Amino acid sequence: MNINFTLIAQAIAFAVLIWFTVKFVWPPLLQAIETRQKEIADGLAAAQEGRSALEVAAKKSEVTLNEAKQKASEIIGQAEKRATQIIEEAKGNAKVEGDRILSGAKAEIDQEVNRAKEGLRAQVSALAVAGAEKILRKEIDGKAHSEMLSKLAAEL
Amino acid sequence: MATEHALTPSEYISHHLAFNAKPVGNGSFWMLNYDSLIMSVILGVLVMGLVWWVARASTSGVPTKGQAFVELVFGFIDDQVKNIFHGDRHSFIAPTALTVFLWVLAMNAMDFLPVDVMHHFIYAPLGLEHWRSVPTSDINTTFALALAVWLLMIFFSIKVKGLGGWIHELFCAPFGAAKFFKPKSAAGFVGLILSPLLFVANFAFNIIEYVSKPLSHSLRLFGNMYAGEVIFLLIGLWAATGLTGTIFGAILGAGWSIFHILIVALQAFIFMMLTVVYLAMAHESH
Repeated sequence: MNINFTLIAQAIAFAVLIWFTVKFVWPPLLQAIETRQKEIADGLAAAQEGRSALEVAAKKSEVTLNEAKQKASEIIGQAEKRATQIIEEAKGNAKVEGDRILSGAKAEIDQEVNRAKEGLRAQVSALAVAGAEKILRKEIDGKAHSEMLSKLAAEL
Repeated sequence: MATEHALTPSEYISHHLAFNAKPVGNGSFWMLNYDSLIMSVILGVLVMGLVWWVARASTSGVPTKGQAFVELVFGFIDDQVKNIFHGDRHSFIAPTALTVFLWVLAMNAMDFLPVDVMHHFIYAPLGLEHWRSVPTSDINTTFALALAVWLLMIFFSIKVKGLGGWIHELFCAPFGAAKFFKPKSAAGFVGLILSPLLFVANFAFNIIEYVSKPLSHSLRLFGNMYAGEVIFLLIGLWAATGLTGTIFGAILGAGWSIFHILIVALQAFIFMMLTVVYLAMAHESH
């Protein structure tokens, strides 16, 4: 149990071991662990960021959806209004057109009636003259009385 | 023991506690216990080489099982150092703590090798009459470690505070010094008388501290490991007395081995913690 030269030899061995650990063992381990710690911290931060981004996106999509819904109902309302408007317009147009056609037809009918009347009148007068002629052939000169008869026809 | 010639118990014990010493010069100091030296160097290279081998291939990604284990030890040491020393621990103190812990643990663990089996089957065939497996049960080993730590302590003290600061601390801490450059006041006069007394007290206190630190540091480890070895030898002695002794010796040997696991780890841990504490104290100014 004497103190002897082993003391110095062991101290040197110890110093070499410390030097070795300081130089070659500790730094790579420290670096690996610190890098991993940083990576994990970064990963967690990124996950947190992603979560908040997702929340924001969800909120935004909800707002957009609501807006779209509102707009759609607006458009539908407008379209409905427009449709009734168009129908009303069409109805009005049809009525006007119908009236127009009706009045045109009526005018034509009147015209035809007048023309027929005119023709009939002429034929009636001709028939009357012809009748009278037949009756009066003997006593009335057609030529002398035709003037009076055409006057009569004009008066009819 | 059964294979050896009839040794008396004291011969048996002294046989196992003798070192393989070679003289390297004249005088009783110039002896080299090369069993302690070779065992400790082999263990140091083995343990730190293993850690280095893992550290070399260490990745910041998913660690292998080996790396995870080394990182476990790393984290344990780093945590302990972090709690004690508040400075740049990575540049020196933490790696030193790792070295001390693993090396001392490995050297202590040699106590688990059964002395007689090792001697009979390994050392004796190699022609080694005396061979001590446990370097930490050699006072030279533990004192070498403690002394190296002691020198580091003084080195860091001077490095942090400067030579003047260190000498100032030797004389002015822990009791402080009276301010005595106030010649006109009464307190200054008292200080003039008192200060030299305080210097002496402080210096004496510090010297005691500087002497006791390496002694307690090294003797604690040495005493535990030496006592453990002696108890193994006593159990071995009993085991050699006959069948009953062998059975009881085996049971007691197993029990003591299991208990010794605690001592081996605990002493390595204490030695490491004291190293860190001493080095951390050297960084603190008073």
